[in-house]
Amino acid sequence: MRLELIKRPQRSALFSILSPFIAFVLTLVAGSIMFALLGVNPVSALHAYFVEPLSQVWQLHELAIKAAPLILIAVGLSVCYRANIWNIGAEGQFIMGGIVGSILPVTYPEFQNAFVLPLMLLMGMVGGAAYAAIPAFLKARFNTNEILTSLMLVYVAQLLLDWIVRGPWRDPKGFNFPQTVQFSDAATLPELWPQSGRANWGFVFALVAAVLVWLMMSRMLKGFEVRVLGSSPRAGRFAGFSVGRMVFFAFMLSGALAGLAGISEVSGAINQLLPSISPGYGFTAIIVAFLGRLNPLGIVAAGLVLGLTYLGGESAQAALGLSDKVARVFQGMLLFFVLGCDTLIHYRIRLVGMTTPKLEPASKLEEVH
Amino acid sequence: MDITIAILLTIATAATPLLIAAIGELVVERSGVLNLGVEGMMIMGAVGGFGAGYLTGSAWLGLLAAIAIGALFSLLFAVMTLSLATNQVATGLSLTLLGLGFSGMMGTGFVGLPGQRLPDLYIPGLTTLPVVGEFLFGQDPIFYISIALTAGVAWFLFKTRAGLTLRSIGDSHGSAHALGINVIRYRYMAVIFGGACAGLAGGQLSLVYTPQWVENMSAGRGWIALALVVFASWRPWRVLVGAYIFGAVWIGQLHAQAFGIPVPPQILSSLPYLATIVVLVLISRNKRLTMMNTPASLGQPFVPDR
Amino acid sequence: MKRLLIALMATAASLSMVVGAQAADKLKACWVYVGPIGDFGYSYQHNQGRLEAEKALGDKIETSYLENVAEGPDADRAFERLAREGCGIIFGTSFGFMDSMVKVAKKFPDIKFEHATGYKTADNLGVYNARFYEGRYVMGQIAAKVSKKGVAGYIGSFPIPEVVMGINAFMLGAQSVNPDFKLKIVWVSSWFDPGKEADAAKTLFDQGVDIISQHTDSTAPLQVAEERGLHGFGQSSDMIKFAPHAQLTSNTDEWGPYYIERIKAALDGTWKPDNVWLGIKDGAVVLSPFTNMPDDVKAMAEASEKKITDGWNPFTGPVYKQDGSEWLKDGQVAKDEVLLGMNFYVKGIDDKLPQ
Repeated sequence: MRLELIKRPQRSALFSILSPFIAFVLTLVAGSIMFALLGVNPVSALHAYFVEPLSQVWQLHELAIKAAPLILIAVGLSVCYRANIWNIGAEGQFIMGGIVGSILPVTYPEFQNAFVLPLMLLMGMVGGAAYAAIPAFLKARFNTNEILTSLMLVYVAQLLLDWIVRGPWRDPKGFNFPQTVQFSDAATLPELWPQSGRANWGFVFALVAAVLVWLMMSRMLKGFEVRVLGSSPRAGRFAGFSVGRMVFFAFMLSGALAGLAGISEVSGAINQLLPSISPGYGFTAIIVAFLGRLNPLGIVAAGLVLGLTYLGGESAQAALGLSDKVARVFQGMLLFFVLGCDTLIHYRIRLVGMTTPKLEPASKLEEVH
Repeated sequence: MDITIAILLTIATAATPLLIAAIGELVVERSGVLNLGVEGMMIMGAVGGFGAGYLTGSAWLGLLAAIAIGALFSLLFAVMTLSLATNQVATGLSLTLLGLGFSGMMGTGFVGLPGQRLPDLYIPGLTTLPVVGEFLFGQDPIFYISIALTAGVAWFLFKTRAGLTLRSIGDSHGSAHALGINVIRYRYMAVIFGGACAGLAGGQLSLVYTPQWVENMSAGRGWIALALVVFASWRPWRVLVGAYIFGAVWIGQLHAQAFGIPVPPQILSSLPYLATIVVLVLISRNKRLTMMNTPASLGQPFVPDR
Repeated sequence: MKRLLIALMATAASLSMVVGAQAADKLKACWVYVGPIGDFGYSYQHNQGRLEAEKALGDKIETSYLENVAEGPDADRAFERLAREGCGIIFGTSFGFMDSMVKVAKKFPDIKFEHATGYKTADNLGVYNARFYEGRYVMGQIAAKVSKKGVAGYIGSFPIPEVVMGINAFMLGAQSVNPDFKLKIVWVSSWFDPGKEADAAKTLFDQGVDIISQHTDSTAPLQVAEERGLHGFGQSSDMIKFAPHAQLTSNTDEWGPYYIERIKAALDGTWKPDNVWLGIKDGAVVLSPFTNMPDDVKAMAEASEKKITDGWNPFTGPVYKQDGSEWLKDGQVAKDEVLLGMNFYVKGIDDKLPQ
């Protein structure tokens, strides 16, 4: 017996709607089994995961903080992926945004007025876009595989941040600890409703970006261009679209958004540069982009769901003593189920009996083991 | 012991897990599949190897378990990306997430326990040879496996029919399918082989490099292995060279420090990544080289239509 | 199906009420760890302290913890969560939690906060730390006695005052035995990476040292010492199981007694924010049994330990800085503030402190 996929003539509207729910139910079932095996009441575990974080205002704020960078980055990435351009270096662009955006508050801390924050955000976007322009340039000019160059540049950015925070930008009064000075109030991204929680403007940026990119993709010529070039570069060329220019556009747009996410995180939530400013947001955002099916509005939902699993994991840890390893496994399960169920949108699955297998090539491969 | 030989031995131990994991991923990528879950499979191999070694008292059984767990874990990726045609990048990242969590859960009981170490090779007369004896004949078994694996994969890819088939699938799965090759089966084999290698690399960590289990002990080595494959432009012997350069930069930097020469470690550490980008650009500038080396359908899902 | 759903929801509702109702009279003590409790090092030892407190205070308290909490926004959320979930006293165990704890402590004035290794305090925020350098002085003495070559290797994580202080104390101890003692220092830029730590240990041994000390958390360097038949010192927890022939002693952190004392104070209402720096005499820094050394060295180590227990500070003059200038006059004892900001080596260390 084996699985066989049969491509549907067009995407199934029914499964487009149904698949996230199937995935969610499967996650609940598998999760319950896991919790039961660990000796924890599945009902209380799932309650801690999905209900508790949504039942308190302060946790909603925390959800916004956690989801904002994921959404912001993933929205940019969705444009890339739609254009069939594979930027997986958003983590590096996020970090560069954080570094470039921090030039002002770190090197001129006395410069405090109404211009400093907008300038920082702008510089963060420029930093992220410029860093993304490197793999774009290499791709457009030399046809270098962008998956790999953008991934390599992540490591370089991480090391640059590490070096700059331990070296030239280290807070002289910080007891040699690897951190920069704290940003002044003028350089801090304000909170939205300080009375009830910590959520800051980063979340608003994420929503605005999602709506704008959605409008672009669905209502504007540029979005059409992205989709045409993504599905058939040949057809795009006949229509007069340039693949090279699209590479730059997609990379720099996603780089700018990742950079904005980076400086928003540094300025709003952390308030200084540390040797590590991201628990892998740039990579998690790739997952978010696919969970949201590369649709900016779907990405908002996906970012919130993924953020919820982080918060839920902590709440289960605090309330039930479930370790953070369990939280990560649970998260992994959810992702696998969602990715797997989305197959149903494009394919029908059929189980077929095994035909007599030709084992000859396979056995050769095994000789090498 | 001569210090040069001592340094070489240290480099070999540091380079071996990178080499093995990268050789596995090389085969996967040659078949046109990009599995970003190396780190996750590696850490699963590390915990499985330590656990089996500790429970059975045999480091050799630990080694086998590491390979088996790596292969089994990669099967999950294979089912998702090959049978269900999910996106490879997202699935690979999810696999890493799952592996880091799952290994931590499995390993809770193993923390703080000294494990089994695979014994070093000892051949009377040879190991005691002056200068080269210890490097050539006195290392741990996984070192020799890693060299044999490199040679075996190089031979398989470029000297056997099946290897040619695998490469042709990586270059164009559509044409390979049209020629009647079972693309999916080949890719299953390649992904599982890659998982077994990553598991073995993890086993090296917990059975040779530092015989113990601690969470996150792979510490990013799976990601370096991914970089190495590209650095080597998908050529097995170049992976070996690359892994030893990575190891040499790191160990050389430590020695420089101990000699009292200050070096900013971050700048040295970033050199291999920058070098990788340069290599990529160089090979992609030359159309012929690109065609020869880069698997053209890397990362693209394939669903046979009928 | 529908009935099942209703039943499930009812259970969930009743359960959430149960969760809310308990914990009324018990004190809930909570911890936030920066690493996994499975590191068998720093976070592991703090968690051992939690378990000891749980054992000692039995049903008067309940405990809870969050592990692997990244410094920054995740830490803010972790403390806020514990504060809101009814914790009466919260311990944060990483220096990098400082600003998160200051923020959250301000917001929850009725909850008691304790921050390890920090320096900012408030009405409901105390700080605690351990004088690890006391143990390192004794280790330096042992090293100078046991080393045949007169050179020790030192594996550092990051050049922050805590680590620099340890290197200096180790060197002062060694010099008290052998004034010409040498030290080779290697930084691995990580608190915890077994592979890198093992590489650093091999590097040092290859360069001719016959004894190593580490300020990183894994047992890997000691395992290398064991394989080579040489010696080393453990860190954070007793690592003798990993190196039965190589470990001379280990500078272990015992947080249990402090946690018990502070939770008791919280229980009987006498808790006040403190700024304590505990040492060997408080039982917070414990040198695990002296092993693998001759009896006379053991006797010397025990004598030094006793001297420190009786109140002597290893940083007592005359001590000179690396450049030869006088730091502490004869009989002068270093002030704690100076130690906490230490960014220079003492005389006799050849290396240059990374800046």
